[in-house]
Parts: sequence; structure tokens; C-alpha cells
Amino acid sequence: MSRKVKEIIIKNVFLLFALVSVVILALIIIFLFVEGVPIFGVVSVTDFLFGMEWYPTYDPPEFGIWPLIVGSFVVTLFASLLAVPLGVLSAIYIAEIAPPLIKEIFKPVVELLAGLPSVVLGFFGMAVLAPWMQETFDLPTGLNIVNASLVLALMAVPTISSISEDALYSVPQEFKEASYALGATRFETIARVIVPAALSGISTAVILGMARAIGETMVVLMVAGGAAAIPESIFDSVRPMPASIAAEMGEAPFRSDHYHALFATGVVLFFLTLGFNLIADYVSHRFKEVGSATL
Amino acid sequence: MKWRYLKQQLFFLTVRLSALVIAVAIGGFLVYIFVNGIGAINWEFLTQPPRDSMTKGGIMPAILGTFYLTAGAIIIALPLGVASAIYLSEYAKGGTVIRIIRVGVNCLAGVPSIVFGLFGLGLFVVFLKFGSSILSGALTLAFLILPTIIGAAEEALKAVPQTFREASLGLGVSKWQTILRIVLPSALPGILTGSILGIGRAAGETAPIMFTAAAFFTAKLPQSIFDEVMALPYHVYVLATAGTHIEETRPLQYGTVLVLVALVLGIDLIAIVIRSYMRKNKGW
Repeated sequence: MSRKVKEIIIKNVFLLFALVSVVILALIIIFLFVEGVPIFGVVSVTDFLFGMEWYPTYDPPEFGIWPLIVGSFVVTLFASLLAVPLGVLSAIYIAEIAPPLIKEIFKPVVELLAGLPSVVLGFFGMAVLAPWMQETFDLPTGLNIVNASLVLALMAVPTISSISEDALYSVPQEFKEASYALGATRFETIARVIVPAALSGISTAVILGMARAIGETMVVLMVAGGAAAIPESIFDSVRPMPASIAAEMGEAPFRSDHYHALFATGVVLFFLTLGFNLIADYVSHRFKEVGSATL
Repeated sequence: MKWRYLKQQLFFLTVRLSALVIAVAIGGFLVYIFVNGIGAINWEFLTQPPRDSMTKGGIMPAILGTFYLTAGAIIIALPLGVASAIYLSEYAKGGTVIRIIRVGVNCLAGVPSIVFGLFGLGLFVVFLKFGSSILSGALTLAFLILPTIIGAAEEALKAVPQTFREASLGLGVSKWQTILRIVLPSALPGILTGSILGIGRAAGETAPIMFTAAAFFTAKLPQSIFDEVMALPYHVYVLATAGTHIEETRPLQYGTVLVLVALVLGIDLIAIVIRSYMRKNKGW
């Protein structure tokens, strides 16, 4: 066999390996649909998505996941309110303000936070924050939107922080020097030059952080309380989609309507996070930072 | 004029406070877990199975189960991930196929862990009839960490200077031999770091193994890859949420949490130390 032929074969073998990720993604979609679609023989797509009642084990059962969708969005939104400022500001701290020694310590600490298993944070929310919250604010339950959002925010901070930080670092040094040369203070340089130049990267970071929060399972399963109803106050319990799937799949009889409904919920969750990721991908490419040469 | 500097001071204060909040949150959390968990940890806890419907005894089967699942996941994901990264960094020249692969890897990285659980249930447990087993769980976890490993390996390969490749190719060495003998060895520490982070991720995940591998309690240790196992993260979840002895078993729960946190953070810390050592001692 000639050397050239051999090289071509090797190249294509590697191509096959690289395609595994795409194949797995396709298989995920296929299997979610195969197991999820049968539920639409029982309820219509609209009734499933916008139905207000989620009583999968009643007779007759109700399969409306609107309260679950609302639950997911509510905790994600509240988590973002906390995680976005904390994440972005800590990125600014690491990239622009921190003295070298503190930076060397603080950066790994944020990375460690990213590595904490979600079940452990869920446990903390459940065993420590919930009783404290219940007592302090005199609530019927400490497992609620506020608690879940707090813990979720902690999970989203490292994602937002590390991606924002990369974006801040990639701002060309000349931009800063030009700003200082014009007499701007460090704050003015950060607020008017560096952050705007890194905005696409920071937006990507925020979207990916939110995607992380909306797809997170163990925290909302253990801390959100699990009430499948539209919340009326921030101290109400909710049942976000991942929590519903995780809590009920063990009890749903194999290939029952309930089982199919949970897979269909997975389809909704999958496409929701896929949407977030595609937007992030689009933003990071479309508004890619311009180098100094192009200005 | 004064106001400009006051504004700056206020801004810096806010930024420092945010960093402090994060540091205090994680520091406080770790200290709290350590203080509450250390009392439960002794030789028996680490080496004995649970007793009296999990209200006493140890967590050895869960430690072992997590070890099997994690080892299985990395054995599957590492070759796949490194091979993908070699294609992306060494062979790919742009174009539609590359774009599709990149979008695919990015999307796979964003798939929620519970969806991986559903996928593992649908494909491995039901369709391929592996049942709830170490094999199903390890495969599910492997695809969960695949994007992490591809990303780290690609970065490590890209960091190898182009001159290394040119020198090798200039001597008449084939592209494949260049990759195997020159590029891969230089990128190895970086690839190692990435795979260690992947191991940490796999060891701590709960949702993907809930339907594919994890058991509430097993009377015996697993005999083959087709057996169910107990696993540390699932054990934490089970002890904290199920059963009638939740308050009584709090010490056991904190103990299990501490073991899991120590395991995962220990693994991550090794990766971080290797990486910073590498950056300081790079030979090129």
C-alpha cells in the first residue's frame, strides 16, 4: 500500500471519530422523539405545551406542561438576576483589577465552584438553606423559587465568569492604551472601552450561563419544592421540567402515557437549551470582536 | 473632577465585593460541609456497606460504583475525544463538514444532563437491552464528557508550535508519523488535564445515571458490567430525599457529601496544579 493511500485512510478514520459527536446528537434527538411522540396520540401538541394541569397519575390523567415550563423559566430568570452581575463583575475583577497574587488564587476557586457536583449544592440548599429560610421568613416551606434560584445562581456564576473573562482578555491592549492616553480613568476605560469591545463574548457567557441553569436537574429537583402549579409569589414551590422528569421517570410504568409524556418534556427541554446554545454560537460569531487592525 | 475618581472607587468597591461574595460563598460552603461531614468519616464508613436499611454502616459500594462508572466513561470517551480533536486540529481545513462537527460538539456540550439520562435510557437500557447497568451508565457519562475532552485536547494540540510539525515534515516524515511521534507527545500534558477534568465531571453527575445505572441499594457488589451499582452522587440524593429516616441519617449524608466533594475537588485540583506547573515549565 502506498504511503499516500495510507495517509488518506488514516485521515478518514479520524474524520469518522470526529463525526461521533454529531451522530450522538442525532441519536439523542431520534430517541427523544421515538419515546416522546406517542404522547401526542393522547393529547394534542398545544394541549401538552400550554395545558395548565400536570396530573400524570390521576384518572383520567392530565398532561399539560405549562406550569413546568413556567417553573423552569422563573428559576432561571431569578438565578440570572444574581448570577449575571456576579459573574460579569468577577470576570472584570480577574481580568482588570485583581493583583496578580489574588488572581492566582481566585481563578482556581471559581473553577472549583464549576466542578462542584450539582447534587451536593442541591443537598446544601435542601439541608441548610431551606430550614434557615423557613424559620427566618416564617414560610410554609423553605423549598421554593428563591432558594432554588440562589443555588442555581451559584452554578451559573463560573460559566458566566470564565467565558466573560476570556472575552475581556481578548480585547487588544492598544484599545486600553489609547483610552488611557486620552486621559480616561481606569473605570472609564473599563466601562466605555473594554466592556463594549468584549460585549459579544459577555453576551455569549450570559446565554450559556442561563442554558446551564435551565438544564440543571439535581438542584431544582431537590430545592424547588416540586409543586406543579403556576407560582404566585417568589416563595412558592415550582416544578421545573428537569425536576419533573427526574422525579417521575422512576415511577412511570414502562412505555405508559406518563413515560412518553416525560420524554416529550425532555424534547421541549432539549430544544430550549439547543436554542440558547445556537443563539450563543450565533452571537459569538456574528459580533466577533474586531482586531485593532480593522478599526 | 473629583466625581470621576469617586465613581471609579465605587465601581472598584462593587467589583471587589462581587468577588468577595463568590469567595465567601464557596469558602463557607466547603467549611460547612467539612465541619459537618468529618465526624461521620472513619475506616468503617469508607470500607463497609450500609446496614439497617441504610441508617448505619458505610458507603463502600457507592465509592466502588462511582469508580467503575467513571473509569468506564473515561476509557470510552478519551480515545474518541482525542481522535476527534486530532481531526479538528490537524486535518480539518474548514468547510461545511467542519462547521457541522463544531456545531455538533457545541450543542452536545449544551445538552442538559437529564436529557442525557433520557437518551441513555432510550438507547442503552431499552433499545440495546443493556438494562440498568454499569455499561449503560458509563456509556451515557462518556458522551456527556466527550465535548469537554475534545475541547481540552484540541486546545492542547493547537498549543504545539507549528515549527515542530514543519521540522518533522521537512525531514520527510509522514503526516501520521508526525502526529503520533511529535505532536501528540507534546500535547500530552494538556490532554491529560482535560481528561482529569472530565473524570471529575463524570464522578459528580447524578441525573444521567439515575435511569441508566444507579441503584438505591445493592445487596452484593457488582459482578459484571451488566449489574446495577450504587454511586456516590445518587446515594446522597437517596439519603437526603427518600425514606423515613432523613433527619436521623443526616451525619451519614454529610459524610457522603464530604467524600464526594473531596473526591471531585481533589481530582479537579490535580488538573489545575498540573496545568499551572505546565504553563510555568513549558519547554518552548
